[in-house]
Amino acid sequence: MVDTCFLGRGFTTLVGLLLLPFGSLAASQIEDQAEQFFRSGHTNNWAVLVCTSRFWFNYRHVANTLSVYRSVKRLGIPDSHIVLMLADDMACNPRNPKPATVFSHKNMELNVYGDDVEVDYRSYEVTVENFLRVLTGRIPSSTPRSKRLLSDDRSNILIYMTGHGGNGFLKFQDSEEITNIELADAFEQMWQKRRYNELLFIIDTCQGASMYERFYSPNIMALASSQVGEDSLSHQPDPAIGVHLMDRYTFYVLEFLEEINPASQTNMNDLFQVCPKSLCVSTPGHRTDLFQRDPKNVLITDFFGSVRKVEITTETISLQPDSGIMESSYKKDLMDEELMEPLKYAEQLPVAQIIHQKPKLKDWHPPGGFILGLWALIIMVFFKTYGIKHMKFIF
Amino acid sequence: MAAAAPLCLLVLLLLGPGVWGQTEPPRDSLREELVITPLPSGDVAATFQFRTRWDSELQREEVSHYRLFPKALGQLISKYSLRELHLSLTQGFWRTRYWGTPFLQAPSGAELWAWFQDTVTDVDESWKELSNVLSGIFCASLNFIDSTNTVTPSASFKPLGLANGTDHSFLRYAVLPREVVCTENLTPWKKLLPCSSKAGLSVLLKADRLFHTSYHSQAVHIRPVCRDARCASISWELRQTLSVVFDAFVTGQGKQDWSLFRMFSRTLTEPCPLASESRVYVDVTNYSQDNETLEVYPPPLTTYQDVVLGTRKTYAVYDLLDTAVINNSRSLNLQLKWKRPPGNGYIHYQPAQDRMQPHLLEMLMQLPASSVTKVSIQFERALLKWTEYTPDPNHGFYVSPSVLSALVPSEVAAQPVDWEESPLFNTLFPVSDSSSYFVRLYTEPLLVNLPTPDFSMPYNVICLTCTVVAVCYGSFYNLLTRTFQVEEPSKGGLAKRLANLIRRARGVPPL
Repeated sequence: MVDTCFLGRGFTTLVGLLLLPFGSLAASQIEDQAEQFFRSGHTNNWAVLVCTSRFWFNYRHVANTLSVYRSVKRLGIPDSHIVLMLADDMACNPRNPKPATVFSHKNMELNVYGDDVEVDYRSYEVTVENFLRVLTGRIPSSTPRSKRLLSDDRSNILIYMTGHGGNGFLKFQDSEEITNIELADAFEQMWQKRRYNELLFIIDTCQGASMYERFYSPNIMALASSQVGEDSLSHQPDPAIGVHLMDRYTFYVLEFLEEINPASQTNMNDLFQVCPKSLCVSTPGHRTDLFQRDPKNVLITDFFGSVRKVEITTETISLQPDSGIMESSYKKDLMDEELMEPLKYAEQLPVAQIIHQKPKLKDWHPPGGFILGLWALIIMVFFKTYGIKHMKFIF
Repeated sequence: MAAAAPLCLLVLLLLGPGVWGQTEPPRDSLREELVITPLPSGDVAATFQFRTRWDSELQREEVSHYRLFPKALGQLISKYSLRELHLSLTQGFWRTRYWGTPFLQAPSGAELWAWFQDTVTDVDESWKELSNVLSGIFCASLNFIDSTNTVTPSASFKPLGLANGTDHSFLRYAVLPREVVCTENLTPWKKLLPCSSKAGLSVLLKADRLFHTSYHSQAVHIRPVCRDARCASISWELRQTLSVVFDAFVTGQGKQDWSLFRMFSRTLTEPCPLASESRVYVDVTNYSQDNETLEVYPPPLTTYQDVVLGTRKTYAVYDLLDTAVINNSRSLNLQLKWKRPPGNGYIHYQPAQDRMQPHLLEMLMQLPASSVTKVSIQFERALLKWTEYTPDPNHGFYVSPSVLSALVPSEVAAQPVDWEESPLFNTLFPVSDSSSYFVRLYTEPLLVNLPTPDFSMPYNVICLTCTVVAVCYGSFYNLLTRTFQVEEPSKGGLAKRLANLIRRARGVPPL
C-alpha cells in the first residue's frame, strides 16, 4: 500500500514536471497570439493627399499637403501608392518669386516641392466627384494606373485633407463642397468593398472635427486640427513670398514627423499630443472609438510609412538566361529588307496637292427618328386639313 | 541508322546558330545634344535634344525586351497602333522679334497631335484612350482632351516621319492652353531618358533653374525614320527636346556673361555611358564677324559650319566623348564672354517715386551708319489726387523733353584753338578729339492728356441730393407732423364794416 502511494506521488510529480514545460509553452503561445492581436495585419500602405484650395493666397494649403507627401515618401511609401491631388499650382505660379519651389519654413529653409514629385490630380481635376471616385474605386476604365487607389483589404490608408471648411463641410476650389455625410458614406462603401484594413483620416481646416463626427464604419481613426466652432490658424508669413506658408497644426505635425524614421516605435498617442492649444490656438481633436486596436499599440509607421514584414529565406533559385529569342526576328528583318521598295518622308507643305484636294464630304446618315416623326406629323396635318382626296395627285 | 545520322547532322546545323550565336550589335542608340545660342536681345537659349533610335518594327513582333527605348512609350505605340506622336508642354511664348527664329516652337500649354496607322478602326476611341494614358505618364491633365478641343486638320500637320499615304482621317490634333508645366511634368520626362539625370547632359536638368526662365518647352516626338541611306526599313525614333530661354536681367543680373554654372547651377562631368554621341554646340556666328564680340572659354577643338534656318551659322563643338574636352579639370563649364558689349554700352535707370522724384533714363548707344534707331518707352497714366489738378487740367500735362548728347564724326578735322582768339560761336563746347564734334540736341516736350475727373460733379451732386432730400424727407416730415385745425371765419371787425360801406356805395357786392 505504501509502495503504491509512493509510486502514485512520484507519478504525479513526474506528470506535474511534464505539464510544467507544456504550460509555459502554451503561455508563450497565448502571449504571441495576444501580441499578434495588437499588431496591425496590413501588408501594404496607401496615401491619398488632397489640397482643395485654389488661388495664390491659399499657398499654405498646398504647402501642407506637400509636406505630408514629403514625409510619407521619406518613410517609404512609393509614388505608385500615393494619390496626390493639388487644386492649384503654386510652384510655377507667375506670382512665385522662386519658381519650382514651395517652402514650408520662412527664410526658405525647406523646399517641400523637391525635385521628384508626381502630382496625380491637378488643377481642375480636383473635384468632389473625382475624390469620391478615387476612394470608392468607381473610376472610368480609361483612367491611368497612377490615378487609381488600388487598395485591398490588407491596405492601411492615410487620407489627409486640407483647405477651407466649415461645420460639416469642406470647400473644393471655391465652387463646390463635400459634406461629412458624403465622406462617411464613401468610407462605408470602401469598407463594404473591402478596400481598406485600417484608415487614418487627418483633416486640417477650420472646424475640422465636424468632418469626422458622422463616421460609422469600423477601423477608422480620425484627427482634426480644430473643434467645431474654432478656426484653424496659419503659422507664419514669409515677407519675400508674401503669403502664409503653412498652417499651424500641419507645421507641428511635420516637425513631429521629421523625427520619425522607418524603424521608430512611436505610437499614435504621441501624434495626438502634437500641437497643444498653447501652440495651435485651436484645440486638435481625435476620434478612436471606431478603431479596434488601442492607439498606444498603433505605430506611426503603420500609416505614414511602408514597413513590411519580411521573411528571409536561405534557399537559392538559379535563373536560366535565354538568348534565342531576339535572333530570329532580326534575321526576319534582314530578309525583308531586300523585298520592300525604299520609303520616303512626306512633304510638309505640298501646295499644289492642298489646293486641288476637295474637302471631304461628311458621311451621309439617314435622317433620325425625330426628323421622320416631324415630317410624318406635318404630312398628317396637311391631309387632315385638306382632305384625303389630294393624295391621288401626289401618288 | 544511316538515315538517322544525316538527320542528326541536320538537327545540329539548325541548332548551331541558335545556341552558340554571337552577341548581336545593340539595336538601339542614343544621341544627346545641347545647343547654346546667344540671342540678339542679350538672353541665352539652350536647347536639349535626346534622340533614341530603335531599329525594330514594333508593329510586327511581340516585343518584350526594352533597353534604351522606354517601355512606357513602346507599349503605347504598339497598343494604339500609332504612327507618330508629338506632345509638348510649354510655359511662356517665344518672342521671335527679339530672339530670332526658333528651332522648334510649341504653343503655350499642352499640344498633342498623333497619326494613327491605317489599321485603326475607331480613331476617336483610340485618341481618347491615348490622351488618358499620356495624362498618367506625364502627370498632366491631358484627360481633358475630348471632342470639344480636338480637330482633324486637313492640310497641315503632315507626318514628320516616313509615310506612304496621308489620309488625314487618321490625324488628330488638340491643344490645352490652360495647362501648366512644372516639376511634376519634368520628373517623368527625365525618367524616360536612358541616363535619367545621373550622367551626361541630363545632369543639367535642374527644375529650379529650368523654370526660372522666360520660355520653357519640353516635348516628346515619336516617329518612324529611315534606318539607313537606302531607306528600305523603318526605325523608330524618339526625340525628347527641351528648350529654355534664360533672361539676361533675371538670371544674369544684367551682365551678359554666361556660363553653364550660372545657367544650370551644374557643370558637365562625364558623358552618358549609354550614348553613342554626346555633344555641346555653341553658336559663335557673331564671333567670326566684325567687332569680335563673343568669346567662348574653353576654346573649342572643332567648329561646325552649316546653313541653319536659311542663314550660315558657325558652331563651336564640344564632344563629351572626346577625353581631351573634359581633361584634368574633371568638369566642363562653358563660358561665354562678350569682349565689347554689343548695342547698348551703358544704361542707367532710376525709376520714379510717386510725388518725390521723376524717372531718369540714360543710355549710351553706338548708332550704326545710315540707319534709323528708335527708342520707345511704355508708360501708363495714373489718376491724380483731386487737389493736384491744375485749374485747367484739360490742357494736359507736360513731360520734359529728352536730351541727346552726341559725338558726331566730322568730315574735316578741326584744330583745337585758343578760346580768346577765335569767335564766340565756335567755343561753346570744348573740343578734345578733332575727329568728331560734340552736339547736344533736345526733343519736343510731350503733352499728355491725363484722365480728368468732372469737376462740376460736386455741384451736381449737391443739387441733386438737396432736391431729393427736400422732396422725399420734406414730404414725409410734413405728412407726419402737419396737423390740420379748423378755423372759424371771423364774423366782423371794424375794418370789414367800413369796407362793406364803401363797397355798397360803389355798387360792388359786399365781403
